[in-house]
Amino acid sequence: MNVMEITHSDELERVPTGLAGHDVPWVIRARQQAFARFSAQGFPTRRDEEWKYTDVSVLTRRASLAPDDIPPDPSSEAALHAWSLAQEGTHLMVFVNGHFSEELSAMGELPEGVHLGSLAQRLEDGDELLRPYFEGEEHTVFGALNNAFATDGAVISLPPNTVVDGPIYLLFIASGHGVAIYPRNIVLAGAGARATIIEHYMGTLDSHNFTDAVTELNLGAAADIRHYKLLQEGPAAVHIAGIHADQQADSRFASHSYALGGHLGRNDITSRLLGPHCHCTMNGLYLLDDKQHMDHHTRIDHLAPDGTSREAYRGILDGASSGVFNGKVIVHPGAVRTDADQSNHNLLLSRQAEVDTKPQLEIFADDVKCTHGATVGQLDDDALFYLCSRGIDANLAKSMLMYGFANDIIEKIENPTLRNRIEGLVLDRLPQGENLSL
Amino acid sequence: MLLVKNLHASVNGKEILHGIDLHVRAGEVHAIMGPNGSGKSTLAQVLAGREGYQVTQGSVTYLDHDLLAMPPEARAREGVFLAFQYPVEIPGVSIALFLKTSLNAIRRERGLPEVDAMDFLGLVRERMKRLGMDEAFLTRAVNQGFSGGEKKRNEVLQLAVLEPLLAILDETDSGLDIDALKTVADGVNAMRGPERAIVVVTHYQRLLDYIVPDYVHVLSQGRIVKSGGPELARELELHGYGWVEAKNGARQVA
Repeated sequence: MNVMEITHSDELERVPTGLAGHDVPWVIRARQQAFARFSAQGFPTRRDEEWKYTDVSVLTRRASLAPDDIPPDPSSEAALHAWSLAQEGTHLMVFVNGHFSEELSAMGELPEGVHLGSLAQRLEDGDELLRPYFEGEEHTVFGALNNAFATDGAVISLPPNTVVDGPIYLLFIASGHGVAIYPRNIVLAGAGARATIIEHYMGTLDSHNFTDAVTELNLGAAADIRHYKLLQEGPAAVHIAGIHADQQADSRFASHSYALGGHLGRNDITSRLLGPHCHCTMNGLYLLDDKQHMDHHTRIDHLAPDGTSREAYRGILDGASSGVFNGKVIVHPGAVRTDADQSNHNLLLSRQAEVDTKPQLEIFADDVKCTHGATVGQLDDDALFYLCSRGIDANLAKSMLMYGFANDIIEKIENPTLRNRIEGLVLDRLPQGENLSL
Repeated sequence: MLLVKNLHASVNGKEILHGIDLHVRAGEVHAIMGPNGSGKSTLAQVLAGREGYQVTQGSVTYLDHDLLAMPPEARAREGVFLAFQYPVEIPGVSIALFLKTSLNAIRRERGLPEVDAMDFLGLVRERMKRLGMDEAFLTRAVNQGFSGGEKKRNEVLQLAVLEPLLAILDETDSGLDIDALKTVADGVNAMRGPERAIVVVTHYQRLLDYIVPDYVHVLSQGRIVKSGGPELARELELHGYGWVEAKNGARQVA
């Protein structure tokens, strides 16, 4: 047993009273075993192929990895944001530092049989349904850490053929200095069920929080789930997350990831197309500046025939920011007639900005159609001149080109309210962006 | 309105314009004709302020401004408009957003209130109708996937919405079939007026059957070698550019 392990084990023994399910034997055991898996591996280093470009050593210098057990009051700005979301007819769950806030939430009316509730409550009840999620092997070491420390999150279960009209909006607010936050969401979509789920992470200017979030989605046959992740953490925050979907036959899963704020971010987004005729979409946009770093690792496993996948990621990098895109598409033996397309395009606005892009196609089946492309470029001088020759000043012209570049991703959002909201968030990030709406 | 004096300009150290003199008054339409490589497009680009073109001698005065000292956006706001020979694609930016942003930039300069979305749509729809354009055009990304004719029509739509004082049309006829040519010419003719000057840069006389100029200038080897009335364009059509070049002792293009 090494020193690090002892320290962290002590930590785990110190906090259980604050963790959901501390009276439930299987929860305690699952947490301890997950923590042991985390301790055995430790945080990844840049020697790990999967973490080659993302340095998380800052986490080893943290005084504590344990979550806090008393959520503070959120800022009035965050509270106001929650209130405005509730007015829009969303099914809203708000979490402050990883703890559910009933006061700020407004779940609204849901179709019969649909369950939307707090994970902590389910763990307290020792709900056996969650057991496999906590006892299984995690996708990454951060998944193990999340299993050990998960505080709360949403459990969404949709009976077969239910359709939830308004989006299910999960707002995670980081408030207070340096806390560690462990959100955990579980989505169970019955056959033919349909819903849109948004995970929005907001932070304050000064919080040095560390968030380690995991969301797992199980899509039954012909289920249709659209998942949106909006990352708007504060400029000093570290955010690591996993989003993992399992798809049964004929299901459709769409993941949209918008990385708009945070100091260091990493999303591992995976989907397994387990049955035939599944469709998977993965779109993403990252806007980085200063010393921000954002890493997207995506993986689509085609495991059955006739699956299709479409993936499009774009990034705009300024300042001394850095971005990583690593997209794996694996066509397993037997996944015949797979049709997969992947692209990653990047716009570098400064000499110090850097991007590492790596599309990885691995094909082990016949009769497949797979394409991919990656580019790294600058703003087009001819296009800038064209805009300026129409009276648009040079800085606004640059913003307009950036907006256009981003818009190729934004316009893939089907829900118009959501599209406008996300477009607004992107425009907020561009110089004179307020002049770029109709 | 526009006074060009002894204008010399180079691209990549190679002189293309060897002393152009041109005087365009408000209300006039001038045609600048010339064979490929004569410097027509260079002149248009220099007037619009394209980077990479070095003016080595001469001056350009526009409404008492030293035009060459102004950045492209300032020229546009003061009323200079270049219809591009090769309009540029702007992916992800709709024509509506592009035109409204341009219009408001120009209106701000003129001390006019900005137009809101409703007023803008009213104005642009009216102009589109005049040009026989489908409204669906507005939501398309600027020039992306446009046919040659659509791109040129889009240039003329911008001309009609932005209402410049000096419009320079660079080979606006190239790549147009006869119907499109007529529509585009009608759009330009509708803009003619006592406050506005139009400079039509073209290789072929054909466009000038529809946009009849007050003056025609023949550009060859970076110089204006002949100026005259609209009849000059027809003579050129009959005899070809070799006729003017031979008469003026200009060297043949290698």
